[in-house]
Amino acid sequence: MSEQTPGPDSPAESGGPTVPEGPAVPEGPAVPEGPEPEAALTEIAAASPDSPVQPEGPPGEDGWAPGRARLILNAVMEGNSFIVTVLALVAALVVGGLINAFSNTTVLHAWGNFFSAPGHAISLAWDTAVGAYVELFEGSIFNPHTVSALFQQASISAAIHDGYLSAVFNPLSETAVQATPLILAGLAVALPYQAGLFNIGGQSQFIGGAIVATYLGYGVNLPPVIHVIVCVLGSFAGGAAIGWLVGELKARTGAHEVIVTIMLNYIMAYFLSYLLSFHYLMQAPGTVNPITAAIAGNAHLPLLFGSHLRINAGFLIALACAAGVWWLLERTTVGFEFRSVGKNPSAARVAGMNVERNWVLVMLIAGGLAGLAASTVIQGTDFTLNDQSFGTYGIDAITVALLGRGRPVGVVWAGLLFGALHAGAPLMQAATGTPVDMVQVLEAVVVLMIAAPPLIRALFRLRGAGGGLQVLARGWGA
Amino acid sequence: MELELKGITKRFGSLVANDRIDLAVAPGRVHALLGENGAGKTTLMNVLYGLLQPDEGEILLDGQAVRFHSPKDAIAAGIGMVHQHFMLVPVFTVAENVTLGIEETRPSGLLDRRKTRKDVRELSRRYGLEVDPDALVENLPVGIQQRVEIIKALVRQATVLILDEPTSVLTPAETEDLFRIIRQLTDGGTSVVFISHKLKEVQAIADTITVLRRGAVVGQRPPSATEDELAALMVGRNVQLRVSKEAAKPGEVVLDVSDLTVADETGRVWVDGISFQVRAGEILGVAGVQGNGQTELCEALMGLRPAAAGQVTLAGHDLTHATPAQRLRAGLAYVPEDRQEDGLISDFSVADNMVLDQYNQPPFASGINLNLGAIASRAAELVTEFDVRTTSAGTLVGTLSGGNQQKVILARELGQDHKVLVASQPTRGLDVGSIEFVHRRIVEQRDHGVAVLIVSAELDEIYALADRIAVMYEGKITGFRPPTVPAEELGRLMAGGSDVAPDPAPDSGTGTAASSPASGAGT
Repeated sequence: MSEQTPGPDSPAESGGPTVPEGPAVPEGPAVPEGPEPEAALTEIAAASPDSPVQPEGPPGEDGWAPGRARLILNAVMEGNSFIVTVLALVAALVVGGLINAFSNTTVLHAWGNFFSAPGHAISLAWDTAVGAYVELFEGSIFNPHTVSALFQQASISAAIHDGYLSAVFNPLSETAVQATPLILAGLAVALPYQAGLFNIGGQSQFIGGAIVATYLGYGVNLPPVIHVIVCVLGSFAGGAAIGWLVGELKARTGAHEVIVTIMLNYIMAYFLSYLLSFHYLMQAPGTVNPITAAIAGNAHLPLLFGSHLRINAGFLIALACAAGVWWLLERTTVGFEFRSVGKNPSAARVAGMNVERNWVLVMLIAGGLAGLAASTVIQGTDFTLNDQSFGTYGIDAITVALLGRGRPVGVVWAGLLFGALHAGAPLMQAATGTPVDMVQVLEAVVVLMIAAPPLIRALFRLRGAGGGLQVLARGWGA
Repeated sequence: MELELKGITKRFGSLVANDRIDLAVAPGRVHALLGENGAGKTTLMNVLYGLLQPDEGEILLDGQAVRFHSPKDAIAAGIGMVHQHFMLVPVFTVAENVTLGIEETRPSGLLDRRKTRKDVRELSRRYGLEVDPDALVENLPVGIQQRVEIIKALVRQATVLILDEPTSVLTPAETEDLFRIIRQLTDGGTSVVFISHKLKEVQAIADTITVLRRGAVVGQRPPSATEDELAALMVGRNVQLRVSKEAAKPGEVVLDVSDLTVADETGRVWVDGISFQVRAGEILGVAGVQGNGQTELCEALMGLRPAAAGQVTLAGHDLTHATPAQRLRAGLAYVPEDRQEDGLISDFSVADNMVLDQYNQPPFASGINLNLGAIASRAAELVTEFDVRTTSAGTLVGTLSGGNQQKVILARELGQDHKVLVASQPTRGLDVGSIEFVHRRIVEQRDHGVAVLIVSAELDEIYALADRIAVMYEGKITGFRPPTVPAEELGRLMAGGSDVAPDPAPDSGTGTAASSPASGAGT
């Protein structure tokens, strides 16, 4: 077709990720039918990407002009990628609730007696599903019990001193703590994605950063402020070195970054085990466990709100990095080159850009970001490095970047959402017996839904138009 | 079957792509749709083929109103479409491609390959579409791939065949073949809707010509209408097909290429020790059948391919091993042959594309900071100056028509200081109005003292622009000629005829010229 008329879906791609649909957010989840637990709804509203837009137009009774309803309807019907994201979350919560309700032995037993007491089985299933989400919410956002405990204290000063006030904010603090490395590692995937590279090597770069940060943390003696900064910069350098290696291999030999990063994940994991196996390397003296000595107090990232809350400067680093990545991509010649190379490498080359050098540079920065993620874990919460410290950050990062649609702002929101899920999981398990793995099910369903926008559209009968999302999914197929 | 479109209107937002279009296609006739890029030809055909739903109007088949919700409906009603870009599976055989979607099975449930092959052979014979049913599509030249598309439509019992810009990918010889096939089809009662913007072709093949402009029908003419009349209808004013230009006033040698040799990764030599000079204020036109090293020559001049031997100097600076960026800074402006692939980033805005090779130069950047304001105002300036038809400079370039995309590239390349302009196929796929615009700009460059190198597969273009013509054949320059040289002599040089010897056998030469580009054009 020679005459490419502007198709109906082209504007969706150019649209900003969050702003235009702002008002639609709180209502988004309410549109699809089905038994939606109230708590779950509240949680979406609170944890979903756009909650701060809410104040601009409260979703209450007075905000319902007909024109606005129309706007919301259009936004939903056009099924642009933001709505798809929100609906994916809704679908995940429903699926999670169903799995939960039908895997609980008590509930299953009740279903067995369905014909003698049908109401019992249904209400039990409902209670189980909702109960888990309520606990998830209380563990990650706000727990009412902490407030009542606060008011039972003799005086305000006692309440503050004994940490009762902190307890109120503890869930949010935990969410931030959990979100911090996810945001940084997510950026390490999102940034190369913009340059057309798929970084699966978050894990290896994380380990690279962790090794350097930990060694500098216990191995050298430096004055207070300087020690932290040296360790943070060291973690960036450690991760960047691994990222650089990937970029350099691709630029020089054409080795595909997906293969290289996967292989490096194994190499770095075993390298870490090796380092932690010998006392003359990094293993802590006097132990047989694969763990390093604790880093010096000077190297700890400073806490932000006192000793009762774990939230620390790492969270600020993550936010600053997100802002930095956004600035780099949108406001600098470096980012212009990254995006050009990502969208059309041959045109970028003709325009005088050095495609290979961009690959190296973007992987170097990405590796550094993943290294910083390690810094926030080692210097922020764990203070030692063991052979499992890297956890699943490398894989979670891909999920976060995917949910954040490869954009820095999206990554922050996605990181916060997953951080909240991780933070709430332990309480959920303790209070309702729902295994923490449920959180992984939720994440998996979200990603499944995000990766399959047509499925979402079919599920919710949205008209065509995929927007940036489809592009994202397609680009990563390579 | 009698096909009639009545008052078809299709809007995209505020853009009216089709405005109350009436069209009647009689059985066994060739109806040509002539129009500039962006005139709404393809949109109209997509409506007819069920890919788009009209906002107003109706489609009548033998007087019966029909509604096509998808191409499936259209195919069932006997409408077949051959898209400009073929919809074939490269790794499948011809027979497999033809049967795809309507596979015949034996009672056992297995594919009946034998019957499919037989069908393909029979159709090939009936319409003179020689195709080997067992050949892999990826190994076939473009012209044959197009036949496969036509067979696909015929197997589905198409009685109306839509050909969307069918000749844009074909060599002249392949075009002749296509015309023969079209005549055979219409003799058998099939109607053909032939979409094109090439006047000569339309005149050669059509029984009726409907001209579209800006989404509306502006006239219907018999093929006997003159070229000038059709062109005037198409662009809405009288177009001069030849650019008026003064005689060149060549100055200093600016671009000096000596013994340049370029090979690809496999070691195949594409440019074989060629030498030429381009002076300031002159246009050197490189003529030749495509695939004779012109593409590689341009890429080597831009630094996209390494020079295996030889030297390239620009105004005294040795650029033989310079990077593309260094060449740009040295004053080389480059209009690539494939604008979609090499010239533009279709997901970027018009504004970003207009600074694609200057984004890191002041005033668009200071340090590593992009100056978005400067980029935007520069884009606004160039959009006006080069008459780019776009709703705003923020529009994605990929949504513009081909002519406007080319204007974006020209605006970028000509809008900056440069000493040499290398333009490869600068008007490929453009409509008459855009061609004139581009040609005028190129001559303007020459008059400002730029050394211009034009590579074109169209002799008309070479004649219209060049002050001197170089002919390339198999990586070598077979001769330099003034623009007054007769086309026959250029043809002889293009077919590898020696520069000095008198014409020994022109016929054998044309044969080579016609068959060799088939493989090159497929890439």
